Amino acid sequence: MITTPSSIHLTDGIDDRPLRGSSLVTSTVAIAGRTVRKFVRTPQLIVIGIVQSAMFLLIFRYVFGGAIGTPGVRYVDFLVPGFIAANVLFCGTGTSVGVAEDMEAGFTDRLRSLPMPRTSVIAGRALADTALLALILGVTAGVGFGVGYRLRGSVLEGVAAFGLCIVFGFAFEWFFILLGVLSGNAQAAQGMAMIVFPLTFVSSAYVPVGSMPGWMQPFARNQPVTAMVDAIRSLTLGDHARAVLGHASGHYIGRALLWCVVLVVVFAPIAVGRYRRT
Amino acid sequence: MSPLIEAVGLTKSFGDTVALDGLDLVAERGRVVALLGPNGAGKTTFVRAVATLVRPDGGSLRVDGIDVARRPADVRRQIGLAGQHAAVEPALTGRENLVLVGRLFGLSRRDARAQAAAVLDSLGLNEAADRGAKTYSGGMRRRLDLGASLVGRPRLLLLDEPTTGLDPASRIELWDTIRRLVADGTDVVLTTQYLEEADQLADRIVIIDRGRVVADGTPDELKQRAGRDVIEIHPHSARDLANAGAALESFAGSVPQVDASNRRITLTVDNGGQHLADAIRLLDAGGIVIDDIALRRPTLDEVFLGLVGSTPAQPALVANS
Repeated sequence: MITTPSSIHLTDGIDDRPLRGSSLVTSTVAIAGRTVRKFVRTPQLIVIGIVQSAMFLLIFRYVFGGAIGTPGVRYVDFLVPGFIAANVLFCGTGTSVGVAEDMEAGFTDRLRSLPMPRTSVIAGRALADTALLALILGVTAGVGFGVGYRLRGSVLEGVAAFGLCIVFGFAFEWFFILLGVLSGNAQAAQGMAMIVFPLTFVSSAYVPVGSMPGWMQPFARNQPVTAMVDAIRSLTLGDHARAVLGHASGHYIGRALLWCVVLVVVFAPIAVGRYRRT
Repeated sequence: MSPLIEAVGLTKSFGDTVALDGLDLVAERGRVVALLGPNGAGKTTFVRAVATLVRPDGGSLRVDGIDVARRPADVRRQIGLAGQHAAVEPALTGRENLVLVGRLFGLSRRDARAQAAAVLDSLGLNEAADRGAKTYSGGMRRRLDLGASLVGRPRLLLLDEPTTGLDPASRIELWDTIRRLVADGTDVVLTTQYLEEADQLADRIVIIDRGRVVADGTPDELKQRAGRDVIEIHPHSARDLANAGAALESFAGSVPQVDASNRRITLTVDNGGQHLADAIRLLDAGGIVIDDIALRRPTLDEVFLGLVGSTPAQPALVANS
């Protein structure tokens, strides 16, 4: 074969067979790496998330706090664990938008045309976005301590509570990924993500459920955000927990983890199915 | 050896919209095939089906003998896709983009880096390699996108409207790049709305309209099939134009097309060489002065018009915004 000097020859040193493609782990890590680098190099994504969280925390702490009665516990100690758990959902909206943007830009199509498991496209996203979530929640917790929040239980319980939030975030990622896939463009994703408002506000996150009208309470008591918020409080309120919540912490943690399993079992297969589908 | 692409009776609908309506197409190796057609003709759907991104409703599709519906994963190892949108990650550098794709093709970190460097070098992106892709011009981004499709050393390169939206200089640059790839033996299937692009790059043009193949052949064959040669006459003055139009009134069974604004007369005839001589004699006998007379094949525009009933889009000059 004659190779003209102007031809493009890329196969030097590597044999000519088609490449074998990448495994689930390699491709998931590679795709997560790309998303993390995107966060690091687009700091506004992180900064907006942090500023928004901190701002709302301050508003609840100082604007609404005085008007909300939380018998048996200071409002700041009631609020911060609930706020952080609910914040998982607000961070999730960023996932939906990011997923929709990748689809719009054609980046998802590029990945889907490569010889790797298509599950990696979202597994990588879920991993990277959970890492970002950990960062934002960490900073928010720091702000919480800054405005007077104190752990009433042990430090170990506090760490466990934080870990539980991350698990909850990972479970909810699949829901937000699915929203992003279904919306197909960033603006629609932003709109669909409004669903987080009823889920977060009609929960025990910011006010005691008992202060809500009777018809609203069954929903507020039995939805995943409340389950998670109660579990976090049971770990961080120490001796006050029983007074505020009624049961031992094992009850709430079990319920929260059950919700995590339900979220993953329901939404992950649908989201994965949407990506695998041709 | 099995053909590169073999599509039989391919159908695909999106709701009420029929994108592919029984498309048959066999693409052989070693030739650049251009799928030419207006917007919505089904070109992109076909390419996406080959790239395993769209599952056809019916018909069969094989790439390199591999059934796309049954073994999509094996097809993905053979193809490189560069799409209508430059699908690179703007937050990564050019090099990082290519290394990422290399890793996803299963190359080791070291091989992925070596391959990325080779691709960057061959595409003339060395200087910009370590800059964020978001700083790239439209043409550079498109070249990087093309590069991403090359990292996996594809047997078949699918280019979906590779130059849509590029300014003329970047378009020509990308054409050169594609020609060099072809020279190195990469098989290319591209879609385009531009006849000029198909004529420039392809050995074979497949004209698609409403989800079906309406014509297929080399550029010359297609021009020939539209039949007929074209005699183009440029009379010297407006009076000569009128006289020539009258003199050629029923010439060789053709109705002369008189284009006053360009002071041009075109005659569509069979067996053009013979008729060219006749036309010259006739004009000379009538004392009509002409600046130029020429025999040519019909342009692809004329072919397209004859086959599809409308002309395709012209390359639009894209304003730099």
